[in-house]
Amino acid sequence: MVSEIRDERVRSVSRLSRLLSRPELGAAAGTVLVFVFFAVTAGSSGLFSAKGIVNFLEVSAQLGILAAPVALLMIAGEFDLSVGSMIGFAGILIAIPSVFWGWPIWLSLLFTFAVCGGIGALNGLAVVRTGLPSFIVTLGSLFMLRGLTLGLTRGISGRTQVSGVHELALHDPLNSLFSGQVFSGLIAWLSDIGLIGKRADGLPSISGIPVSIVWWIVLTLACTWLLTRSRFGNWIFAAGGEANAARDLGVPVARTKITLFVMTALAAALFAAIQVLVTGSADTLRGTQKEFEAIIAVVIGGTLLTGGYGSAIGAMFGALIFGVVQMGIFYTGIDTDWFKLFMGAMMVIAVLFNSYVRNRAMRSR
Amino acid sequence: MFSLAKLVKPALGLLAGFTMMAAATTLAAADETRVVFVTHGQSGDPYWSVVKNGMDDAAKTLGVKAEYLAPETFDMAKMAQMIDAITASKPDGMVVSIPDAAALSTPVKNAVAAGIPVIVIDSGGSKLTHDLGGLLFMGQDEFQAGVMAGERIKALGLTKAVCANHEVGNSSLDDRCAGFAKGLGVDVPVMNGVIDPTEMKNRVIAYMTAHADTQFILAVGASGAEPTLAALDEMGLSGKVKTGTFDLSPTILQAVVAGKMEWGIDAQQYAMGYIPVAMFDLWKKYKIMPIADYPTGPGFVTKDTAASVIELSKLGKR
Repeated sequence: MVSEIRDERVRSVSRLSRLLSRPELGAAAGTVLVFVFFAVTAGSSGLFSAKGIVNFLEVSAQLGILAAPVALLMIAGEFDLSVGSMIGFAGILIAIPSVFWGWPIWLSLLFTFAVCGGIGALNGLAVVRTGLPSFIVTLGSLFMLRGLTLGLTRGISGRTQVSGVHELALHDPLNSLFSGQVFSGLIAWLSDIGLIGKRADGLPSISGIPVSIVWWIVLTLACTWLLTRSRFGNWIFAAGGEANAARDLGVPVARTKITLFVMTALAAALFAAIQVLVTGSADTLRGTQKEFEAIIAVVIGGTLLTGGYGSAIGAMFGALIFGVVQMGIFYTGIDTDWFKLFMGAMMVIAVLFNSYVRNRAMRSR
Repeated sequence: MFSLAKLVKPALGLLAGFTMMAAATTLAAADETRVVFVTHGQSGDPYWSVVKNGMDDAAKTLGVKAEYLAPETFDMAKMAQMIDAITASKPDGMVVSIPDAAALSTPVKNAVAAGIPVIVIDSGGSKLTHDLGGLLFMGQDEFQAGVMAGERIKALGLTKAVCANHEVGNSSLDDRCAGFAKGLGVDVPVMNGVIDPTEMKNRVIAYMTAHADTQFILAVGASGAEPTLAALDEMGLSGKVKTGTFDLSPTILQAVVAGKMEWGIDAQQYAMGYIPVAMFDLWKKYKIMPIADYPTGPGFVTKDTAASVIELSKLGKR
């Protein structure tokens, strides 16, 4: 028998209090609050029908795809303001070679991910080499990428929107990876047994779950695993908590940060791939303000702006709150002129509630 | 690790390059006509992109030097400064849009007083143009175009409509919605949209779910029209709920051909870019200038005519 003598350095923490101290707890509570609000104000309007749910989940999913790696980067103490422009840039990188140079879509996609990853690495390198705040460096990339996108697109196409991707992507092996629907069979069956409503023409109200939602969940789980179960995750926390101490302990802070900048750039490219293949077109204005929305989602999710604390699951809740609030107001029947006031207020209330719950949980430990 | 000197050298090199480029362009032949556009529309906007194409094509064809300037956001103070700066550079002709008369009247008047001929395009209207001493106004009266759209919908016997505005607060888009309500003769709610296509599409779906009795959706630009078409497709309402839009794009024209959209309203803004360049060239050489305003729109592109302009739209001419 192994002796039961406990090491005095290890504190025993109950499962409940461990749960209560998770950064995403407050965000989960905020999500519940928002759902209760809309259940009361818009419960019977179709927001919580299958169509309504897919409606807000699709908006949440696209933002969430961006927010998960942005959360990791912010935990490591850095910002990436270039992700919004990167979306516009990546969209054009996919569309122009396909539409104007006859590249197959899969090749354009690979090319885009490679170029965006490279730019992400440059962002990271610029931050760690110059020691400038990432806020400034990536603000620079924000403008440079927008300018590059506009210059390239107008130079090559004479327009600012490139359409015609749908027809080209029809038989592409990678198309369904980004623009398809999943669980169509299940949905059809649920509709047959009456659990999901039908449209006027007799088809189910939704034809499946947009694949972007699957991407969102998979990416969030992958980032969570990376953060909490891998050595790289420890490096992220260490780099954001106290970079110099971490460096002294042998944590490769620079490499960690550069990797994270590559990840946020790739997430922006993924966002763009989904949007271009779903809408069939690319536009130089795509992704406008997404950098802020991603940061908002991450902060609602309980990640500290100063770094060192946060989670990817929290970012998922943040994106969910954002999507529900964005779409929910349309179902409430409130005059949409008040939209932004309402959205801002909901956000602040959700974050306040979030930090209130978290503080209570921390104190009770 | 980080050396300032290493950064400074390439930066200086870059600066020198830009300076030389700028010098080369200003050293162009002195008798070449120089026309400058100062508008409120970024060339990144699909609508203004066509204006700029018109300007570029005219400049190339006629051997005229033309420049296009616009503030990167809807910033009237900055636009006023740009007009002042261009006035100081004494071009042979200036083309401006006046979306805000209060902010831009003084700089435009100053330009006229400095002896620079001014043509107003797109926003501002005829009266303001002539009050300020401009030569002529070219463009589409957005409110009037909205009225005509509303009258067409009224003629179809439809009354329940919504104006899907992807950029509320942009006065010309607001005018389109307001004119539409006037023409239709009933109140038309404005749906606040966004540039992001996924959110725009889902907002249309949400709006249509909450207001299922809506019979017609008016989009006020391509950024709103394409997601609206996608939303109707997704809801199985394509062709049942009618829709129409301001401005054109290849997707819009294909939808018109397929009967999914009633019409696209063409402001023929290519002419707003092309013709002022030609006019100022004639003005400089022979003192020739048309004596009346030049309305470019609204041109309704319907099922009968849409197919013939798809290729032109792809090229950024329509």
